[in-house]
Amino acid sequence: MEKTKINITDEVAIHISDMNKWFGNFHVLRDINLEVRRGERIVVCGPSGSGKSTLIRCINRLEEHQKGSIIVDGTELTTDLKNIDKIRSEVGMVFQHFNLFPHLTTLENCTLAPMWVRETPEKEATEIAMEMLEKVKIPEQAHKYPGQLSGGQQQRVAIARSLCMKPRIMLFDEVTSALDPEMIKEVLDTMIQLAEEGMTMICVTHEMGFARQVADRVIFMDDGQIVEQNEPEEFFKNPKSDRTKLFLSQILGH
Amino acid sequence: MMTKIAFVRKKEIPPSAPPITEVGLIGWLRQNLFSSWLNSILTVLSVYFIVIILWDFIPWAYGGHWNTKSLRECLDLDPDVACFSVLTARWKQLLFGLYPAEEYWRPTLTFIFLLLAIVPILFPKFFRFFWFSIIYPGLAVWLLWGGSFWSISIVYIGLTLGALFFLTLIRRYLKNYMIAAIFAFLFTAVFFLFISNPLVGLLNVILPISLPFVESLKMGGFTLSLIVGVTGIVASFPIGILLALGRQSNLPVIKMICVGFIEFIRGVPLITLLFVASVLLNYFLPPGTNFDIVLRVVIMVTLFSAAYMAEVIRGGLAGLPLGQHEASASLGLTYWQSQRLIIMPQALKISIPGIVNTFIGLFKDTTLVSIISLRDPVGLASTIRADQKWNGIYWELYVAIGLMFFIFCWGMSQYSQYLERKLKTDK
Repeated sequence: MEKTKINITDEVAIHISDMNKWFGNFHVLRDINLEVRRGERIVVCGPSGSGKSTLIRCINRLEEHQKGSIIVDGTELTTDLKNIDKIRSEVGMVFQHFNLFPHLTTLENCTLAPMWVRETPEKEATEIAMEMLEKVKIPEQAHKYPGQLSGGQQQRVAIARSLCMKPRIMLFDEVTSALDPEMIKEVLDTMIQLAEEGMTMICVTHEMGFARQVADRVIFMDDGQIVEQNEPEEFFKNPKSDRTKLFLSQILGH
Repeated sequence: MMTKIAFVRKKEIPPSAPPITEVGLIGWLRQNLFSSWLNSILTVLSVYFIVIILWDFIPWAYGGHWNTKSLRECLDLDPDVACFSVLTARWKQLLFGLYPAEEYWRPTLTFIFLLLAIVPILFPKFFRFFWFSIIYPGLAVWLLWGGSFWSISIVYIGLTLGALFFLTLIRRYLKNYMIAAIFAFLFTAVFFLFISNPLVGLLNVILPISLPFVESLKMGGFTLSLIVGVTGIVASFPIGILLALGRQSNLPVIKMICVGFIEFIRGVPLITLLFVASVLLNYFLPPGTNFDIVLRVVIMVTLFSAAYMAEVIRGGLAGLPLGQHEASASLGLTYWQSQRLIIMPQALKISIPGIVNTFIGLFKDTTLVSIISLRDPVGLASTIRADQKWNGIYWELYVAIGLMFFIFCWGMSQYSQYLERKLKTDK
């Protein structure tokens, strides 16, 4: 399938410069420099503990960075709570373990944030929610609770929940890692669909097929640093660094 | 020798009914009472004990006397059965303490209103009557203690005006909630300090509505238990939530205050706190302050169970996966929104058994007020037994008091189980 690249604009969506983060004494992110343009689809991969999840969690301030700067949509992330809440409402995130709200129905999961953060009237929020649930192909589950859905369905609800906030950027944190093999495809299909619609996406994933198919850029991280980044074709065909070669041989080798 | 590995299913096995010994009464008995030799022996022994207890209790209770004048008379008639006459003679006292007899309708009405006021809280489908639950506390205080209707209403009037003032500020003039809240607080304070008294005087002249005043020391019996218990339950719940949140707070000062409060209150016996309420507080307060004894007790009981409540709720908070906080934060919900909409509903649901446990404990602990010579049912039992006519009576009184408490506590327990079933959302 031929990728559409027309979406990428010159507008900078995320600008990260010289960003460092420590967990206690552990230097988890080291001098990260990254610029993401609107419409760009990025896949971040790397061995576990390489800091890739921490990196995207810094973008919506689930983790606080200690040095350097992160500017999202022109707003710099500081300790100012108002800025943080604003950025979080513009940046959607999907988690490995779904993190749906188990005490609310699928529909309520989707309408909650628009109603409370955006102050959208309930009727309109419900319409948006149903539209998004249709997009992820589970409108019929709207009145069930998350506990009654399969893993794949829950993850698609989680994607719909984020989309209801009409985010300008989406972060995906190993969203298929907790799923049974039979369910990975339905979630990936949803993500591919989103990517084709031109959403700015950063996906931490080990799904190299997905990376090949939709990514504009693949970033390989190790030891808290960006080791290599390139277009997917080049990245997979001609990895430059030895570390990347080793990683690719390990995950593609079987 | 090699076995054949390849296998293909040839015919599908349809589901069939389980064997008869696994379902129905026989199945239940087998699984629950006679599942092994040891269990069978225990079952038989338990049944034996239940039978021998009931063998004595039923004739004792069933044949009891209800209409004798004293314990002596009972014993003369038949010493082997219960003498419930003490209840016939003194039930009013057990229910109302020393409350004036011609005013018994007031605590009775307060109790009926109580039942009506908790319905909207317990069952969301009656939530449209919640306004009654709001006015109930004032109504109950006025009915029980009496005095001028306006001196109670003025509290509601003042708070309503304060709230309206706050809302107007927010809507029209100010964006900052904090500053608006401070102005609204000052406004309310001015109202209560300077305006409320003359206004009450004026209203009393224009439309005098009042009930005869009944002082706190006259409150007693189950009326007192319910006053202390219900107020304590209602007040300790929100305080407990705030303490639990405070204890988890990132702000060190708030955290320290909450931890200090919880650990101090939990580390001290309730009786000590009640003694402080009844005796010591008078030393600390300026002379001549008349700080109502029932109010003092209610405050102590509330603080005591709020500390326990905080720990129970903290348990619920700890039981929530971190992902719930992260998910609500990632959607842009503020701290308070996420606490209210995501965290608390789940944490409280997990804590229901513990919360109700604390409520039940609090309600039964109200009997400790008898130590500081308030006349709750247990205190009254001693008073009644001091009467020559009933000297020496034990079982009948305490069984009756126990039964009354059991009804309330069992009610709470049943409601909590109903709530748990209702809130179950998985499967």
